[in-house]
Amino acid sequence: MDSLRSKIVPVSTILAGIVVLWYVFAVVLNAPFQRDLDRRGGVTPTTTEFIAETLAQKKPTLPAPHQVAENFFKNTFQVKITSARSLVYNSWVTLSSTLLGFAFGTVLGILIAVGIVHVTTLDKSLMPWIIASQTIPILAVAPMIIVVLAAVGITGLIPKALISTYLSFFPVAVGMVKGLRSPELMHLDLMHTYNASRTQTFWKLRVPASVPFLFASMKVAVAASLVGAIVGELPTGAVAGIGAKLLAGAYYSQTIDIWAALVAGSVVAALLVAAVGLASRIVERAMGGRPA
Amino acid sequence: MARLKPSWQAAFALLLVVLALILGAMTQPEAEALANPAAGAAYPYLGTKGVIVGLVGVAALASMLRLPPFAEALVLFVGAHAAAWLLLTGIGGFEGTAKAPFYLALTAAWLLGWRCAAVLSAMRPGQRWERVALNLVVPALFGLWLLILWEAVVRGAGIPFILLPPPSAIGARIANSLPTLGEDMRQTILKSVFIGYIVGCGAGFAVAILADRFLFLRRGLIPIGNMVSALPIIGVAPIMVMWFGFDWQSKAAVVIIMTFFPMLVNTVAGLAASGHMERDLMRTYASGYWQTLVKLRLPAAGPFIFNALKINSTLALIGAIVAEFFGTPVVGMGFRISTEVGRMNIDMVWAEIAVAALAGSVFYGVVALLERAATFWHPSMRGR
Amino acid sequence: MSQPASITPATAETARQVVSAKNLGLTFQTNDGPVQALSNVDLTIGKGEFVSFIGPSGCGKTTLLRVIADLEKPSSGSISINGMSAEQAREKRAYGYVFQAAALFPWRTIERNVALPLEIIGLPKAEQAKRIARTLDLVNLTGFEKKYPWQLSGGMQQRASIARALAFDADLLLMDEPFGALDEIVRDHLNEQLLELWGRTEKTICFVTHSIPEAVYLSTRIVVMSPRPGRVTDVIESTLPKERPLDIRETPEFLAIAARVRDGLRAGHSYED
Repeated sequence: MDSLRSKIVPVSTILAGIVVLWYVFAVVLNAPFQRDLDRRGGVTPTTTEFIAETLAQKKPTLPAPHQVAENFFKNTFQVKITSARSLVYNSWVTLSSTLLGFAFGTVLGILIAVGIVHVTTLDKSLMPWIIASQTIPILAVAPMIIVVLAAVGITGLIPKALISTYLSFFPVAVGMVKGLRSPELMHLDLMHTYNASRTQTFWKLRVPASVPFLFASMKVAVAASLVGAIVGELPTGAVAGIGAKLLAGAYYSQTIDIWAALVAGSVVAALLVAAVGLASRIVERAMGGRPA
Repeated sequence: MARLKPSWQAAFALLLVVLALILGAMTQPEAEALANPAAGAAYPYLGTKGVIVGLVGVAALASMLRLPPFAEALVLFVGAHAAAWLLLTGIGGFEGTAKAPFYLALTAAWLLGWRCAAVLSAMRPGQRWERVALNLVVPALFGLWLLILWEAVVRGAGIPFILLPPPSAIGARIANSLPTLGEDMRQTILKSVFIGYIVGCGAGFAVAILADRFLFLRRGLIPIGNMVSALPIIGVAPIMVMWFGFDWQSKAAVVIIMTFFPMLVNTVAGLAASGHMERDLMRTYASGYWQTLVKLRLPAAGPFIFNALKINSTLALIGAIVAEFFGTPVVGMGFRISTEVGRMNIDMVWAEIAVAALAGSVFYGVVALLERAATFWHPSMRGR
Repeated sequence: MSQPASITPATAETARQVVSAKNLGLTFQTNDGPVQALSNVDLTIGKGEFVSFIGPSGCGKTTLLRVIADLEKPSSGSISINGMSAEQAREKRAYGYVFQAAALFPWRTIERNVALPLEIIGLPKAEQAKRIARTLDLVNLTGFEKKYPWQLSGGMQQRASIARALAFDADLLLMDEPFGALDEIVRDHLNEQLLELWGRTEKTICFVTHSIPEAVYLSTRIVVMSPRPGRVTDVIESTLPKERPLDIRETPEFLAIAARVRDGLRAGHSYED
């Protein structure tokens, strides 16, 4: 209870501070346009009226929190799920390629890690290139992948998922290399005294030892995967998805839509990370780990 | 048997070239020429086929003799790369005509290259500079073969230029458009990335110190910071472009937001990393907050801070390029990529990608070198 | 409960009291309820004494040292160091503290590690250099100034940390199981060097240990402590001469004192739980 209170009070205080600041900025940033509007309309509103108007513009520079919340609520719960406006629908589109890419990325990352741990040549030659691969700005590769795959006839989910894969394999590979190498020398020596084969050592020692590392890096990977999916929607000219909503919002200056899409993306991210966290807790408990 | 030490790569390579010889024609023109000897048309590998097979065969056999490792690596290196060179140059003018034996020979050469890397990785030289050189040569071999295979497959199978240009064409494109690439780099990297990176990391660091000073701020900010690190912050790019305009300021703003939170979270974690005993020691000296910070806690936080700097070096580049998709002046790497994709100038896109990757690697490398110099004392740095 | 053992200096000539604790108590609040780490401790340590605190783990010997160093605040009773409160003494840098591990900063060379307290106090560079040279000579580490801690053996690291505690010329040296992590051969060697250093510098030393031979070999007085609650159960004056070669440990006199310490430990140690 004590730790709960010591966390919730500061966090909510700072969140409240952010909301207040947000309103202040909304008024300040939207004021010039409102003043312009009033001058042309020939009205001189009172200060309260003026502030209320700055917080109720159709295309504000910075929408007020309640405008974003309203838009988010409307497009999440009050619109039919199959509608193109529905944030649930758009989130689902992004989520599906996120999950596919995350699955690919995790498998690829684990395979690379196993290779690096067991093959000296790969250990020496691959690691620098894995790091270098992440210095390629993924967005630079995204349009390429989409154009190339579209030319071969692959469109839709796979190209976006590949971008997610590209972003998510890296943390898993790095984390798993660490994890598979985490058993202490003493434990490895113990396996050696049993004359255990490499396969036995792998399954009975290295894999269990690497589980905490796997989940820690999967949390990073799933967040990266979502970024990949959103970013992948930008150059595809996708009609649906959070990235597509962002692009459309930017195109038509529908700022409230952009912010609502951002909120939707954040909710998806939080859910994904929480899901991985839950999975890790279940697996670690099943493996006899102490509940933290 | 004692004279031989077989390796599966070399044995397999031998098998593959024998198979290639049995299967006959390396390319379509050769097959036609064989089918119709009277026509006497020119075909690739007229004189070099025997040389390629011979090179691979001799190198594979020689590598299995009991040679000193260095000699073995040298034999393999020469055999594999000479064969690859002949294969690559021979296909010129006959793109897209390769048949199975071409790929078999290519795979054989690649296997020898792998064996070469394996021999080199197994070497344990005594000299420090030799170890450093090995640690550079082995990954370089890997990169080289990536390019060789790419080039050979693209040209052998005749993959359309628009889909995937061969590395040689990308290299030529880079050489031909240096001024444009330089302009784009100056706009994207020198302005957006550097300014955003410095301001973002600096602000994250400063707030981390503040959060360290005031417990309430730390308790409130860290959960928020951890949460924000998982969010797709890149989505603020269109908003920043609306607020700060098309030029580099909006991109720098995106970079600042993206780099701020990793720096904040890592620095706060790092400031908590110094040991209890060390902090008690400073207390016995009646050392003040700032003295303890400068002399103990910041040095101890070094590995964490550099971790954030490394993460941020790649994030910054991604942020700047993505932000350019939402509007830029007619210069910049992200702008160039999106417009050249539209014009189907795929080689230019790849040229930009190559430059971006190079710049990113150099950026990351410089930070990693600084890390090594600043946190030389950390156990993870000492072993190497 | 326990009978509070009153300790006074052996001779009236030990004029100045360096450490004086009266009725000292300290209770920690833990998840399993309050734990009495120290209870009713009365203790006086005179100038130039070498006092060892010995007892099983949990007897509060380290806690007592930390209270003297103002790293813990007592919950009852009073403590004074050189006539000041523990906090004032710490702020005046009245003592040097040596921890269980060397706790050297890995990013500083040996000489810069020794310089650390001097930098914090704000001594001029020339004075710093003089003191570093002198203290490193005291612990026989001359020639290792430019080495980093991890390039030295465990014994050498601990010697460097002693040099660091000596560097700012405090009269009082507080040592918390400084040689506990070292092997016996190195430990013997360092014990010998520590005695020699004590003889040369005439510092007052408080030394926490759980080794009976170490306590008997080093000390002029041995304070035996016992747990639950942490308290002093016996104080043993050493009759050994000030000059102590290592083989003094085979003499009957030495063995007699060791036996007394062992008896004291056994008496204070409750096995019923």
